[in-house]
Amino acid sequence: MDRNNVLEVKDLHVSFHTYNGEVQAVRGVSFEEKKGETVAVVGESGCGKSVTSQSIMRLIPQPPGVFKHGEILFEGNDLTKLPEKQMEGIRGKDIAMIFQDPMTSLNPTMTIGKQIMEGLVKHRKLGRAEAKEKALEMLRLVGIPSPGSRIDQYPHQFSGGMRQRAMIAIALACAPKLLIADEPTTALDVTIQAQILDLMNDLKEKMDTSIILITHDLGVVAETADRVVVMYAGKVVETGTVEEIFNRPRHPYTWGLMGSMPRMDLSRDTELTPILGAPPNLLSPPKGCPFASRCPHAMKVCKEQMPETTDASGTQRVACWLEHPMAPSVEIPHDLVGGASK
Amino acid sequence: MSKVEPKVEKILEVEQVKKHFHVGRGQLVQAVDNVSFEVYKGETLGLVGESGCGKSTIGRTIIRLYDATDGDIRFKGKTTKDLKGKNLKQFNREMQMIFQDPYASLNPRMTVGDIIAEGLDIHELAKGKARQEKVVELLKTVGLNEEHADRFPHEFSGGQRQRIGIARALAVDPEFIIADEPISALDVSIQAQVVNLMKKLQREKGLTYLFIAHDLSMVKYISDRVGVMYLGNMVELADSQELYDNPLHPYTEALLSAVPIPDPDTEKRRERIILKGDVPSPIDPPSGCRFRTRCPKAMDICAKEVPTWQEVRPLHWVSCHLYQEESLKKEEGMK
Repeated sequence: MDRNNVLEVKDLHVSFHTYNGEVQAVRGVSFEEKKGETVAVVGESGCGKSVTSQSIMRLIPQPPGVFKHGEILFEGNDLTKLPEKQMEGIRGKDIAMIFQDPMTSLNPTMTIGKQIMEGLVKHRKLGRAEAKEKALEMLRLVGIPSPGSRIDQYPHQFSGGMRQRAMIAIALACAPKLLIADEPTTALDVTIQAQILDLMNDLKEKMDTSIILITHDLGVVAETADRVVVMYAGKVVETGTVEEIFNRPRHPYTWGLMGSMPRMDLSRDTELTPILGAPPNLLSPPKGCPFASRCPHAMKVCKEQMPETTDASGTQRVACWLEHPMAPSVEIPHDLVGGASK
Repeated sequence: MSKVEPKVEKILEVEQVKKHFHVGRGQLVQAVDNVSFEVYKGETLGLVGESGCGKSTIGRTIIRLYDATDGDIRFKGKTTKDLKGKNLKQFNREMQMIFQDPYASLNPRMTVGDIIAEGLDIHELAKGKARQEKVVELLKTVGLNEEHADRFPHEFSGGQRQRIGIARALAVDPEFIIADEPISALDVSIQAQVVNLMKKLQREKGLTYLFIAHDLSMVKYISDRVGVMYLGNMVELADSQELYDNPLHPYTEALLSAVPIPDPDTEKRRERIILKGDVPSPIDPPSGCRFRTRCPKAMDICAKEVPTWQEVRPLHWVSCHLYQEESLKKEEGMK
């Protein structure tokens, strides 16, 4: 494992057994997370981004879930094989998670303070008074007004944005090395989203935490991420720095994503170019490139064989047959609504 | 300021509409309070705002799913308040709605064909073979095909279901469609498909849309004019490009600045206005201007007087003391 990396995911395969057969939710995902970095994992629903993040936390119920292949390396340990007892020592302490829905992921019968203290008492072995002191400090840090009285309140007494702040306080209480944020702002209004993203960027600097940000919103990615992993149908189709992905995307799916999004800072005459069709069913994924059936540049080989992941630059990697030396050269669509248009 | 009379026909006039809900213990939620605007024939008017701002309530009040507490709504010049019987039925044909959740808004026990034809049956527009043909035609219009008519909603993806919802709305040949967050439940690549479909249908059929959404980029893309709502009030209304280029109300400014732009270079250069705190409760809204508790430019007068709804530039309406000379004079007096 590279010393600069906090986490390495290598060729991860996760499946779920259902009545209809085996759903291959994650089919060979690899990426790494460097210290202090924010990696955004983007993709549409069903692309496997949440399954990947839950696999890192080992929150996949087994059965029906199965780790079929691959490893998740964290501090030299393979998290897919670690005994549950040891995993409990990592979960919440070294790796913490913020969930999408602050309404349902807090315990409604416990005060906010108790929920923050829970991890501190368990992992940091703090006494009650110390833990309460620390909990107050966390509430202050995430910007909750009058933390002294808020600490004894229940989640239903908090607004959506405040609950998300409380959840961040819980996640960061033990100063984890890695924070997984699964759609942390999707359930929030834009002005509240701006507050939360601001807070997360601020805390990342202060606490030197590495962040994996799962999202479908490219705007949020542009604002917070250092590197981007684009997923489609259980596979990583492209990775690169945030500048590379927005300014020089190479995979037709990434082009499609950018082309589907209207941009507020551009005139409304720019046409949207949607991706036609729908993602494949992962009960029986296609044997070739999963995007081939929706790809305007698909060739014969695309439907037959999955392309290798190739290096486009030191940091950008793409899995597309167009990267092959024998492939016809295809220009990035110049009318892309996204940043690639410049 | 001089008034520019638009040469277009008004299809809908909303005047000083209020919608209050009783929530028990004598408490009243002022979901919509004194909202006035007009919609012109063939245009798309976007309504934006955060959750709880009353944008859906106003949509539902217009189509008479709710009865307005006060104020008047006129559709094609006639008030909709006391429509009954035949006239109400006619009104229901002319105005249709597309709902947010494509999973909850289709009856799971009806076939797609029957869902689409329900309006045809109620209004007795087509029977037997003609009904069948109309269903097929509608399915094709929204990009589905004939075989889909005999299937049930659960067999379709979110984007396809939203197409079914659109086909159902189109069945009775409406003139005016209220789309309440029609794309928020869909994936990015599918959103663009549905929006493009809606734009195409508007061109072909001359439809008028009231497009309610919280996604400001999409609203700008689809709308001719945009209205911004906050806590039950309309705070600003203007041509969409004008609104995004020159937002006047401090809330509009903050709202626009909060939307992340999918371009890291722009993002790095941009100064953002981050509003403090949360939206207050509509049960006990702040006195005066409802935005004043979070407004970075709030003055003394804002707590005392409700700003009036004024056209401060041609076709650019705003309700804010900053743009009202009288208010500014009074503010001077207070100091």
